[in-house]
Amino acid sequence: MSRVILDSRYFYQNVRVSLDDSALQNALRKACDEVLGKRAALVASTPHWEELRRAAHRIKEHTLARLDYYLLQLEKNLEAQGVRVHWAENAEEACTEILTIARKHNVWTAVKSKSMTSEEVGLNAFLEGRKIRPVETDLGEYIQQLSGEPPFHIVTPAMHRTRQDVGRIFAEKLGVDYTEDPEALTQIARRTLRRDFLSAEMGITGANFAVADPGLIGVVENEGNARLSTTAPRVHVVLMGIEKVIPTLEDLRVFLNLLSISSTAQRLPCYVNLIRSPRQEGDRDGPEEVHVVLLDNGRSRILADPAMRSSLYCIRCGACLNVCPVFQRVGGHAYGWVYQGPIGSVLTPLYRGLEYGYQLPFGSSLCGACAEICPVAIDVNHLLVELRARIQSGLNTSGLLERLAFRVWSFVASRPRLYRAGALLVRVAQSLALPRRRHLRLPVWSRTRTFPKLARRSFYRRWRQLADQLSP
Amino acid sequence: MEVWLFVPCLVDQFYPEVGEGMARILARLGCRVHYPPAQTCCGQPAFNTGYWEDARRVARHFLRVFADAPVVVAPSGSCVAMARVFSQRLFHGQPEQEAATALAQRVFEFSEFVVKRLGQDDLGARFEGKVAYHASCHLLRELGVSEEPLRLLRKVRGLELVEMNDAQACCGFGGTFAVKFPELSTAMALYKLEQAQKAGAEYVVMNDISCVLQLQGVIERRGLPLRALHLVHVLSGEGLA
Ligand code: SF4
Repeated sequence: MSRVILDSRYFYQNVRVSLDDSALQNALRKACDEVLGKRAALVASTPHWEELRRAAHRIKEHTLARLDYYLLQLEKNLEAQGVRVHWAENAEEACTEILTIARKHNVWTAVKSKSMTSEEVGLNAFLEGRKIRPVETDLGEYIQQLSGEPPFHIVTPAMHRTRQDVGRIFAEKLGVDYTEDPEALTQIARRTLRRDFLSAEMGITGANFAVADPGLIGVVENEGNARLSTTAPRVHVVLMGIEKVIPTLEDLRVFLNLLSISSTAQRLPCYVNLIRSPRQEGDRDGPEEVHVVLLDNGRSRILADPAMRSSLYCIRCGACLNVCPVFQRVGGHAYGWVYQGPIGSVLTPLYRGLEYGYQLPFGSSLCGACAEICPVAIDVNHLLVELRARIQSGLNTSGLLERLAFRVWSFVASRPRLYRAGALLVRVAQSLALPRRRHLRLPVWSRTRTFPKLARRSFYRRWRQLADQLSP
Repeated sequence: MEVWLFVPCLVDQFYPEVGEGMARILARLGCRVHYPPAQTCCGQPAFNTGYWEDARRVARHFLRVFADAPVVVAPSGSCVAMARVFSQRLFHGQPEQEAATALAQRVFEFSEFVVKRLGQDDLGARFEGKVAYHASCHLLRELGVSEEPLRLLRKVRGLELVEMNDAQACCGFGGTFAVKFPELSTAMALYKLEQAQKAGAEYVVMNDISCVLQLQGVIERRGLPLRALHLVHVLSGEGLA
């Protein structure tokens, strides 16, 4: 079986590879339909859903307009509770910062709970290269780590896997007997992970939210693995993008519902971890040190870009992936970087540069289902169009022919006489060619579809007569 | 009421009977119908593909043609979305910004205009057959028109409306998307058509000619027992042999 290439510059090619993979299509369709169905039912039974979305949008808009203020407030309030805050300009700095903390505490094993930001900075490979073993503890993430693949979806990293896949991976990588019983598989994962939880010197998590006042970090999850990662090891490190900050607990309430309904179709997640400080006098558990690494990695550049700023509102719920007719067919790996689907097609070119992500914004029919479902009401499809314009005017990727075609088209379509003459010409050509063939052929289009015939007389030609009939 | 028709290029060239049917219906509902002959296209193909300079050239012409129109009506959700929504972005900070905003408020999609502005939903039409309605994306999401076409369809004598699964999923056209990703685009259309067949439909009806072009193209290539029609086809009986 040919596989997709994990590089956004191969998106066109990856799409074709994915389309040939019917097992992938089936698994995806099933997984997306299921979560979308449950989500729709929850949305329908949530009063004022639309207002909630608008509120979330406004909160993000407000916070990002004063991001420096809220970040400093967050820093101050966290430090007052004994949390150490670090600032990282880019991926390299974030990794180095975490390494420094790890070295100080003689860390050999770090348990991680799902964090796309850590994928963004390439933390696992970085740590492995320095003899520190990162262990993913979210079940889906663990499956992906065992199989040597990056997450397939920002929320459900092993979405494309069947029970049988997981059984095979476990048998091969963990040396256990093959089973495809979900219950048994979970038990196996739990047993192996427990050893790591107990021996790990460090826990690493992301943050779904950071509340500026009072300073706290919110990590939501369903398996309890984030709770263990943040409490069992001696040190807990949070790696988060600077856009994750929100002003108050009141705001958090808005986002918790929106996030869990949109991501996993639950009213609330099973666990909401609110972290404010390291272990205090009298606490029964908790780490001795808590560190928060605030990552920029291009975010402040996007913040300064008014047309693109709303991409920072994303709370990584993954709903736009599930609903996207393109994602449903090509899957997460085709996008070639950590963020997939419609929002990934916005984030990848923004974070890694247009040269790297230039194919992605074109991989959308602009149907707008992503914007419609987005719990923060981001106009994802409009961002894609905007990026297309930037790519067309900034890079020379789509070839002279296309460029020329649009130039000629716009020249003709803004001159009515020329436009009519052109249409007439095509009609003549059609009447000469068609006796032999029933239909016109249009390059590429006609590979998979029939192209319609031009009508014998255009509406324009029919109008005179029609106007006479219509006038009383 | 005086209404200026916008007959988008695809309708003009491939499905003129849809323009004609629309004109007849509007006239029957008491509108004075006018067709400015200098019209061409709304500029959307270039806008969506990222060639905004080219798009502006065409959209500027569009603005000039319809500058004096009291009301513009078009049988295409996506062209209306261009004139109403996307042109705001296209002309943002340009000399034409004001004109674009002003025109945006006077452009309507056909079903929206008939139901909301004229307050009509029974056009006295007759059509025999089982029909599944496909919600065209721009009509649905950029213009927020979802109920109007259904209200019109429900009043058609002889027509049985069947509900298909995922009626709001994209047909896969998406302008140059259909050419840049032909297999993907076709896979999306096939899914759509499968849903229509499962629902027992004989016709898939929609309100945008580009979706008709896409779905009918796949239907013909695959020889499926279905037919893709524009809402106006059904309402006016135009072009149905
Ligand atoms: S863009 Fe919206 S829908 Fe997509 S992941 Fe982000 S928050 Fe969720």
